[in-house]
Amino acid sequence: MKLPTSSLEEWRYSRIDSLDLDRFEPAGPDTRPGGPHLAGSVPLVEAARLSAAEVTAVETVDGRLSVLAPAAGSGVEVTVLSQTSEQPQVEWSGGGLDAFGTANEAFSVDPILIEVTSSDRPATVVVAHHCLSDGLVSFPRVTVRTAPGANLTLIEVLSGDAACLVVPVVDLDVAVNARVVYLGVQALGGRAWQIASQSSRVATGASLTSGAVALGGDYARVLTSSSLTGVGASSRLAAMYFASGSEMHDFRTVQDHKARKTFSDLLYKGVVANKASSVYSGLIRVEKGAKGTKAFQTNRNLVLHEGARAESVPNLEIEENDVSCSHASAIGPVSEDERFYLHSRGVPPQVADRLISVGFLTEVLEQLPLGALASHVEAALSEKLATAEAAEAAEAAGSDRQFTAEPGREELT
Amino acid sequence: MTRPSGGAHVLAVRGLQASVAGKSILRGVDLEVRSGEVHAVMGPNGSGKSTLSHVLMGRPGYEVTSGEVTLDGQDILAMPTWERAQAGLFLGMQYPIEVPGVSLEAVLKESFAAGGRDPREVDDLVESEVDRVGFDARLLKRALNVDFSGGEKKRSETLQLAVLRPLFAMLDEVDSGLDVDALRDVARRVAQAAAHEGLGVIAITHYTRLLSELRPDRVHVLSAGRIVASGGPELADELEAQGYGAWGNDEPARPPGVAPAAPGLS
Repeated sequence: MKLPTSSLEEWRYSRIDSLDLDRFEPAGPDTRPGGPHLAGSVPLVEAARLSAAEVTAVETVDGRLSVLAPAAGSGVEVTVLSQTSEQPQVEWSGGGLDAFGTANEAFSVDPILIEVTSSDRPATVVVAHHCLSDGLVSFPRVTVRTAPGANLTLIEVLSGDAACLVVPVVDLDVAVNARVVYLGVQALGGRAWQIASQSSRVATGASLTSGAVALGGDYARVLTSSSLTGVGASSRLAAMYFASGSEMHDFRTVQDHKARKTFSDLLYKGVVANKASSVYSGLIRVEKGAKGTKAFQTNRNLVLHEGARAESVPNLEIEENDVSCSHASAIGPVSEDERFYLHSRGVPPQVADRLISVGFLTEVLEQLPLGALASHVEAALSEKLATAEAAEAAEAAGSDRQFTAEPGREELT
Repeated sequence: MTRPSGGAHVLAVRGLQASVAGKSILRGVDLEVRSGEVHAVMGPNGSGKSTLSHVLMGRPGYEVTSGEVTLDGQDILAMPTWERAQAGLFLGMQYPIEVPGVSLEAVLKESFAAGGRDPREVDDLVESEVDRVGFDARLLKRALNVDFSGGEKKRSETLQLAVLRPLFAMLDEVDSGLDVDALRDVARRVAQAAAHEGLGVIAITHYTRLLSELRPDRVHVLSAGRIVASGGPELADELEAQGYGAWGNDEPARPPGVAPAAPGLS
């Protein structure tokens, strides 16, 4: 596999140059650990599974199917494609697969196809959970096909503290008048590498709500490419990310308007702490013929500590007139006024910064279709913020000691 | 209304000098407030009233160049802002700051937790104060001050004051941007806190209308960074009649006509 480099625009600012494939090997046929990985052992997954009365649960371990528990009579069919001869054609909207998407196509062991066949029932809920093990590379793949007018909620959770490389692909086909809600929750530890792709096509009168929560990862990248292919199609894309320590979150988005009167709205908000970094690069493309398009894109980043860094690169590519498009991006530190206000009420600085950071992300949390997951995500976020603040305080104390230990100042140590 | 003369706690400001962006604003302020006392600090725009309240709370950008501030003998100026608040100081702001995504409830609970008080007490305290200060309970879960009206912001400040129960409160132009009803509710709650809970108050105001509800024990006139006159409530009446002319300034101490005071620039 030939790796891209950061000299390419799509990989600018990324950590791709430091990816060492030799650190990871593919999972063998007998690597099928069970026990602690089983669905339900992770509170997030448990909450997701409790989010509706009838939930179809799918779990993979290092890309291999470990659990398939379909809800009876839910109108959803889940097929493991490695066990059938059928291969759905996956059409990509973002200008073809990148090297990792191609690799996923080639190496995905148990690709999962979710088909919603019925159109006259409330949302079918599917929870897909991918567990990962140390030292392995895996290629989870989920493909969604919907009947016209169908209604699906898919919650995908990536979890585990493993030092692994995971290359997940999600492909969503939202048929005429169908409604799909997708939520991706990335709860990886600080040693995992994730290079994910999500593509979607939204047909006439259909709608897609796509949410992402990124809580960890040494380097965690998500390429989201959403095409509005039919008249009146709409998509809402939202993400919240929080990177601390030396983590990096990398989001690339494409809102591709191919048909008349299509609508897309994107809101990505992130916080970077300690020496972490983030990249957001987004493109709104309005193709010839997509008159009456409305497209919006907002990316805001809060830089909590001096050593942290965020990049934001918005782009517009408009080939049609009679359109309404806007983008906004911002990168900045915590407002001194907000800090002072909370301090003046007796809230200590670390707590104030945590409240302000969670508050900053609340706008996204409120838009995400989190349901029962909301309290878990908020708790995970608060815990991670507290850890980041403690690390920063320890670092500051350490450098103070260094400073006071300089020659002639030993008496102060 | 009777108040204890002289109380258990003392906030003492001595020879306080402070500058903002290198410009000297306070040029030697002396002030002593005891528990249960209400002091009004009045003065024309630019006299240093707001600077005084922000310096006492330790707002970044306000530099103390000389003097001292003590609360029961403790050096307040050596403390970071949050410790001053925990020690018993409160600043009611002229323009309360919007904090997106952070609820009033969360702030009060974190403040209680940091001060060693049980955060679970906050709910009951808030519930009992909501009606007293006329605060719309639906705003409790909303982001602090975001999309609040001028009156809602000041009622929120007063609610926080009542729940946090500081020893001393600096109220910076709490009367600006308030309609008559809100002004009365806010002033009454503060007056009750002073009379019955021993709160010491420094009410900073340009106009005298606040003082008809919040009857001050002492009135001080601040001009060009110094307290140039101190007296009883009669001093406020004098200002009402004559404006700040006697102190070299022709601004009236009464809003023109019956219109509410415009947001001040002090």
